[in-house]
Amino acid sequence: MPTVRAERLVNLVLCLLSTRSYLSAERIRQIVPGYRDAASDEAFSRMFERDKAELRDLGVPLETGRNSVFDATEGYRIARRDYELGDIDLEPDEAAAVALAVRLWDSPELTGAAHGALLKLRAAGVEVDDNAPSMVEPRVRTTEPAFAPLLAAVQTGRPVRFSYRRPPPAEEMVRTVEPWGVVSWRGRWYLVGHDRDRNAPRCFRLTRVVGAVTPFGQSGEVVRPAGVNLMDYVLGTPEEPRPTTTARLWVAAGRAQGLRRQAKVIRPLMLPGPAGEAVGGQVAGDELEIELYHQESAAGWIAGYGPDVVVFAPDVLRKSVRERLLGVLAADRCDEREDQR
Amino acid sequence: MSSTNTAERLPRLLALVPYLLARPGISIDEAAADFAVTSQQLRKDLELLWMCGLPGYGPGDLIDLSFEGETVTVTYDAGMSRPLRLTAAEATALLVALRALADTPGVVDSDAVSRAVAKIESAVGQAQPSGVVVGLALRETEATVRTRTTVQDGLSRGRALRIRYYTASRDEVSDRTVDPMRLLLVDGRGYLEAWCRKADGVRLFRLDRIDAVTVLDEPAAPPPYARQQDISAGLFRPAPDQEEAWLLLKPDARWVGEYYPVEELVELDGGRARVRMRYSDTSWLVRLVLAQSGDVRVESPAEVRDEVAARARQALDWSEALPTG
Repeated sequence: MPTVRAERLVNLVLCLLSTRSYLSAERIRQIVPGYRDAASDEAFSRMFERDKAELRDLGVPLETGRNSVFDATEGYRIARRDYELGDIDLEPDEAAAVALAVRLWDSPELTGAAHGALLKLRAAGVEVDDNAPSMVEPRVRTTEPAFAPLLAAVQTGRPVRFSYRRPPPAEEMVRTVEPWGVVSWRGRWYLVGHDRDRNAPRCFRLTRVVGAVTPFGQSGEVVRPAGVNLMDYVLGTPEEPRPTTTARLWVAAGRAQGLRRQAKVIRPLMLPGPAGEAVGGQVAGDELEIELYHQESAAGWIAGYGPDVVVFAPDVLRKSVRERLLGVLAADRCDEREDQR
Repeated sequence: MSSTNTAERLPRLLALVPYLLARPGISIDEAAADFAVTSQQLRKDLELLWMCGLPGYGPGDLIDLSFEGETVTVTYDAGMSRPLRLTAAEATALLVALRALADTPGVVDSDAVSRAVAKIESAVGQAQPSGVVVGLALRETEATVRTRTTVQDGLSRGRALRIRYYTASRDEVSDRTVDPMRLLLVDGRGYLEAWCRKADGVRLFRLDRIDAVTVLDEPAAPPPYARQQDISAGLFRPAPDQEEAWLLLKPDARWVGEYYPVEELVELDGGRARVRMRYSDTSWLVRLVLAQSGDVRVESPAEVRDEVAARARQALDWSEALPTG
């Protein structure tokens, strides 16, 4: 019965760990169980190449070299000091932090890697209870399709090319970037790197990458400049705190709760009802005062409530809400025209 | 045996001997649980390792294990006494997560996290900056810090909470008694996961929408069948009773498709997009569309489109008829 591949690989690791001198492929073929199953030199060579690749993928530091200048062929060995994880001993509170860190990722790429790390820490004798309940559970997700290829490009140091949709005025352009890193900030992922077309560092939002990310060039071609703080590129310059504006509004009774919860009621106020509805009737509501940080986004928020909210002041807010509603109607009319065509 | 199977199995095989060396006489079930495999699979792994060893491969060269009842002890490790060091990807995944925790207030003892980072960095060797950075920082205001502190107090003392909560989808404020389960920090926001006695189910409450909170004297008692929600697919799962809308987004409103979960997105000319979106409350969708100055148009359902237009017209007509100021 042929030796199971996993068994052959474990034996290969043990053999190369135990040798000080480099072992040639031919020697390995004779010693390590399983290689003698190879029917020909060519079959052995294929088998051995595949095994070496698999071990290197796992991070096993396979060394190649010659025992003396007279050696005709290269040999292999594994230096124990490069193979073995150093001593590590975690206190219970440190182990609890590790357990929480492993659970942080909700990401196909990073969850697997974090579990691989946990497996090795456990094998080093560290006790980690990864099911221990925690009152606070931070989570980081990587739902953007561009995440996996960009992370791979960062880790291998290869330049990438991708289509990028800029914020308005929206135009889609191909960008060529030397990726320095990926950054998650407040639930969004960004790529930071050197934009070759602009010859300057740039920050890209992953949700705006359209279609495939294409890596090119050699591994290790991209080197992140020393001392770069990736987060700084994402944060940019801090915004000055803006002065607030006090707005005065009328809100229909029991309506626009989202607005009411942030406002102060000045007095109950009846307004003459809209034409068409109960003529001469009155509509019950309240006059409110509210502090607004961004008038433009507040205008949208208020417009959303339609006839449930009336702006009294400031005038610029009143106009801005009106413009938004007019925009909605204009878009609707243009819709009808398209339908008739 | 397929190669993907070997790729999964080999890291475990290399870790197993050192793992067992550190825990003489451990039960096979417990070891299997730590490696997230069945006890049957773990036994197969041990049988395989038993066949492995050093050149010579005689009785004294092979890995030796002694089984006693349901437990196992390594009696000869054939030189495999330590686990393989962490790969760059593994070190990154763990250290980036730890550093993110250390920088987040109120999550864990940041001193413990820093100590763990230092120990892992030194064990891993050559700790290079990895090119992955995570900032978990919450968008917090004075009010949400107060809310978070009170919620954490209730959680740590195992008490029920009385909350006043704003439900944005229905634009409603209601008072509820909830049994807190945990605090989630996702996408820069804090959420209280709790059993809601009013809804009779597990609900997520965004901290910045909790307008008032008090810790009650009664203990938190979520029913035994209350389960933590699996949030890996997103915080908001489509409910069976939700409706579907098709929206046309102009370039200025593309953020709508990024901010809200969409089922489908079709790229159109001129940077526009068409998205299919689920919603549970018509009034919410009407508010969303009214707010966007025509940059979002409802293609279907027709009733929603008509309601948007009707509300806009009504608001404009009325505000014109009203005396200013």
